[in-house]
Amino acid sequence: MSLTVKPIVGMEIHIELATQTKIFCRCRNQFGASPNTHTCPVCIGLPGALPVLNAQAIDYSIKVGLALGCDIAKFTKWDRKNYYYPDLPKAYQISQYDLPLAGPGTLDIPLESGSKTIRVLRAHLEEDAGKLNHDIPGGTGVDLNRAGVPLLEIVSEPDLNTVEEVVSYAKTMHRLIRWLKVSEANMQMGHMRFEPNINLHITQDGVVYKTPIIEVKNLNSFRSVEGAVRYEIRRQFEEWKKDPEGFSLAKRGKQNRGFDPDTEETVFQRDKEEAHDYRYFPDPDLMPVTISDEKRDGIAATIGELPLARRARYMADYGLEFKNADALTMDEATGDLLDGAIGLGADAKRCVNFLLSRGAAIANERGCAIAAIGITAEQLAGLAKLVDDGKVSASAAAKVFDAMIESGDAPAAVAEAAGLMMVTDTAQTEAWVDQAIAENPEAVEMIQTGHKKAGASLGFLTGAVMKLSRGAANAKEVQQMLKEKIEK
Amino acid sequence: MDIDIRSMTLCELAAAIARRDVTSLQATEAYLDAIAAEDPQIQAYNEVYPELARQRASEIDARLDAGEPVGPLAGVPVAIKDNLTTDFGHTTCSSNYLKTFAAPYTATAVGKLLDAGAVILGKTNMDEFAMGSSTENSATHLTKNPWDTSKVPGGSSGGSAAAMAARLCPAAIGSDTGGSIRQPAAFCGVVGFKPTYGRISRYGLVAFGSSLDQIGPMTADVADAALLTSILAGHDDRDSTSIPAPVDNYVAELAIPFEAPLRIGLPKEYYTDALGGEVRAKLDDAIVALKAAGCEFVDVSLPHSRIDIADDGTLSSFAVACYYIVCMAEASSNLGRYDGVHYGHRTESDVDDIVELFSRSRSEALGDEVKRRILLGTYTLSSGYYDAYYNKALKVRRLIHDDFTAAFEQCDVMLCPTTPAPAFGIGEKTSDPLEMYLGDIYTISANLAGLPGLALPCGLTDAGLPVGCQLVGPVLSESLLLRAGMLFESATGITRLRPGQ
Repeated sequence: MSLTVKPIVGMEIHIELATQTKIFCRCRNQFGASPNTHTCPVCIGLPGALPVLNAQAIDYSIKVGLALGCDIAKFTKWDRKNYYYPDLPKAYQISQYDLPLAGPGTLDIPLESGSKTIRVLRAHLEEDAGKLNHDIPGGTGVDLNRAGVPLLEIVSEPDLNTVEEVVSYAKTMHRLIRWLKVSEANMQMGHMRFEPNINLHITQDGVVYKTPIIEVKNLNSFRSVEGAVRYEIRRQFEEWKKDPEGFSLAKRGKQNRGFDPDTEETVFQRDKEEAHDYRYFPDPDLMPVTISDEKRDGIAATIGELPLARRARYMADYGLEFKNADALTMDEATGDLLDGAIGLGADAKRCVNFLLSRGAAIANERGCAIAAIGITAEQLAGLAKLVDDGKVSASAAAKVFDAMIESGDAPAAVAEAAGLMMVTDTAQTEAWVDQAIAENPEAVEMIQTGHKKAGASLGFLTGAVMKLSRGAANAKEVQQMLKEKIEK
Repeated sequence: MDIDIRSMTLCELAAAIARRDVTSLQATEAYLDAIAAEDPQIQAYNEVYPELARQRASEIDARLDAGEPVGPLAGVPVAIKDNLTTDFGHTTCSSNYLKTFAAPYTATAVGKLLDAGAVILGKTNMDEFAMGSSTENSATHLTKNPWDTSKVPGGSSGGSAAAMAARLCPAAIGSDTGGSIRQPAAFCGVVGFKPTYGRISRYGLVAFGSSLDQIGPMTADVADAALLTSILAGHDDRDSTSIPAPVDNYVAELAIPFEAPLRIGLPKEYYTDALGGEVRAKLDDAIVALKAAGCEFVDVSLPHSRIDIADDGTLSSFAVACYYIVCMAEASSNLGRYDGVHYGHRTESDVDDIVELFSRSRSEALGDEVKRRILLGTYTLSSGYYDAYYNKALKVRRLIHDDFTAAFEQCDVMLCPTTPAPAFGIGEKTSDPLEMYLGDIYTISANLAGLPGLALPCGLTDAGLPVGCQLVGPVLSESLLLRAGMLFESATGITRLRPGQ
C-alpha cells in the first residue's frame, strides 16, 4: 500500500498601491485618518458621480508586472463586478475581468533546498472597498476612506506544494513590492492581503484523490499564511481519511474559509455554490486603457536590479553566505549603500561586517532598515579604509561607526576627536605597557614562572593596556612589547 | 414700457437683460408668478426655488448694474430636470428613494449654467430615474401636457418639456437616454436637442444608462438651443467619456449659409406603415417646404433600425430590443447603490440581516418600472445569459452604428419622425410597458449610435396636438445640425409654438 499527499496551493495577493490619490477620484490615499474624511461624491458612490482613472495606479501596476516578467496588455478595460455589501457604496467594484493589465509571468522563490519558479497567472487593478467597524455601540459603522484605494491583485498558478514554498512566495512578493516602492506593503495596515487556495492531491495505490479547494480569505501576516496553510493541509487530510470518496473536489467543489490566528484554525464561511453571480460587464463610465510600447519601456527603464538578482550577485561576487546576502537585500537602499562603499574602493567583506553587526543592531533598535540608520557610502568606505590601513582597530571601529552616525562627520574626524586613532607612538605605548606591568605583578609572575595561566595572563595584560589606551593602542604591538619586557 | 417677458425667447430675454431693458429680478418674478399661477394645472415642477432665484437674480442685477461682465446667460432663469445634482434643494429623480436626498455637489452642466449667469428656477418632474416615456412613472405626481391636459407630456423629461411649452421657464434642461428629450419635445411642441454622446459632461447627471445618457436643452427655438449647447458642451475632466474636442461657436455659426444644397437623408425604414398618418403628413409638408428652400433629399437605409410589423399589427425592432437590453443592464448596475445603507430611503421595519435591509429598502422605495428594468437588466447580465443578451446587443449596437456611418456618406443629415404619433392620453399605455417602449422606435438609434438628434416641432394635428420631427447628424455635427434646424424653421415657418396661440 502506497500513499502520497501533495498539497496544491495557488495564491491571490491583494496589494494596496501607494499612489498619492485614490484610483478613480482625487481623495488622498492615506491610512489611519478619521473615518470618512478622505471621501468625495465619487468614492462614496453618490448619484451622478463618475470615476476618472489615476494614471499613477497604472504605472505602478505596469512596474510590478514587468518585475514579474509579465506581458503588459496593450489594451485593457474596466469591468463592473456587481454585488451588495455595506462597504461597497456603488454596489459594484470597478475591476478588470477578462483583460488583466499584466500576465503571465514568474517569481523565483528561495527555499532551503535551492529555489523554485512559481508561475504568475495575471495581475489586475481594481478599487478597494471601505471598511466596516463593528465596535460601535448600537450598530456598525462604515468607513469609506479605503473605498477607491487602488488594489493590485496578483494571482499565481497552483505551483506551491509545501508550507515553506507558500511562505517564501508571500515573503518574496512582499520584498519585491517594497523594493519597487509601489506600496508601503505594511501588513499591519492591511496593505498586503493573502488568499491561498488549497487542496490536496492524494495518491493511494495508484488512485488519485483530489480534495475540495479551500480559499482562505484575507490573511494579513506571514504567520497567518503559514498557520492557515499548515492547518488546511492537516484538516483536509483528516477529512479525506474519514471519507475518501465523498470528500472530493468533484462532489464538494470550492469553499471559502477564514483563519482565526488565536486558535490557528480555519473556519467555514461559505460554499462557492452560494457565491454571487457578479454580472461582470464593461464599465461604461471609463474609457479603455491603451499602453504603448514607449510607455512600457519607459517604466521598465526605471526598474533597477531586482532583489533576487542582487542577492545572487552578492553571493557570487562578494562570497557572502545566503543569510548575509539575504539580509542585505531586504530593501534596495541597504544594498545601494553597500555597493556605493565598494564602488569607492572599500573592502566588501569589511563593509558587510559593519552593516550586519553594528548597522543591523542599530536598525533593529530603531525598527528601520539598515540603510535608514543614517550612514553614507562615503562614511562606510572611509571607515573600512581606516581599519585596512591599521589606523583604527577593529574594536574602535564599532565605536567610530556609532559616533559617525550620531554626528554625520567623516570617520577619520570622528576617530581623531574621540582619540580612537591607532597610536603609533612607541613611547606612549611603552608607558601604558609599563603601567600595566607595574599594576599587575601577579600576572607578570605567572608569565615569568611559566604558570599554566601564563597565556591567559598575557591576554589579561594586553587587555589592560588596551583599556588604558581606550582602544587606541595597536594590540599586536602591545603584546610584542609585553613579551619582550616580561621575559627579559 | 410693457414687456411680455414670457413671450421672449431665451436669446431675446438674455439680450434684454444685458441691455438692462429688463432686470433679472423682473424676469425671474415673471416666471415665479407664472409658476405659482399655472403650474398647479400643469405640475411641471418638482421643486421651485423662489427665494434662491430672487436672491441670485438680484445679485446678478447688481453686477450688471456695476458693469461687471457676467456671462451669456446673465440673469436668465432656467429650469432643470430633477436628475441633475445641485448643492441646493433636492435631487430626487422623482423617486421615493431620493425624496429627501440633498446632493453635496453640483453637476458640471448646472455649474456651467450658473457660471454663465443663469438663475435656476426649479427642478422639473420626470419618469422615475428617467425610465419612461410619459412622466407617468414619476413617484411624485403626474405632469400634464399644456396643449391638452388630458394628454401626457411625454418623458422622461416631461416636466422640462411641459414647463417650456407652458412658458413656465424660458428654457429647460433635460436628459436623453433613448429619446427622453426629443420625445417630450415632440409631444409638447418645443425644440429638444440631444447632442453627441459625450459632448456635454454627465458628471452630476444621475445615471440611468451610462453609455446612452446625454444632457441637452429644451427651448422655444433652434437659436436658443444653440445658445445653451454652446454653454453646456465641452470636455470635463470629471467625466472620462466627455469628448476632448473643441466646442464650436454654435450661435455664431447659425448665421453661416449653406453654400451647397443641404443633402437630407430619409431612412426608408422609418417611412413605413408604422408611422402614423398625421405625423407622416406633417413630415411630408416639411419635406416640400425644405425642397422649396433648396434642400436635396436622398433615400438612405438603416437596415438594423428597421421596424417589422406582424400580421396582427405588432411592431418589433432590433433597435428597440438592443436598446432595452443595454439600458436595463446598465441601469441594473447603476441603481444598485440605492441599497438603504448610505443615503436615501431606509426601511423602518425590523430587519434580521443586511440582506433584508437591502431588499426591503429597495422594494419599498423603487417604483414598478424601475424594478422591472432592474430585474430584466440583472437577468441579461447573469452568468449564462450574458452572451445571449448583453453581448449580442453590443454587436447589434455596432451594426446600427455602422448603418449610420454608411448612410452619412450619402447625406449631410437625416430627417426622421420623432414619434409614431402625437401625445397619447394619460393612463392610456400604463398597462402595456411594451407598447410604451415601442414609442421610442425613432429616437433610440441615435442614442445607440451616439449621434446628435435635434427634435423640432413640425406642425399641429387637426386636434391641435404638436407633431415632431428630428434631424439626426454624424458624430460632433452639432453646428451643422443647428444650422439645418434654423433652415427648417425658416423654410417651414414652424417655430416658437405656444398652446392657445
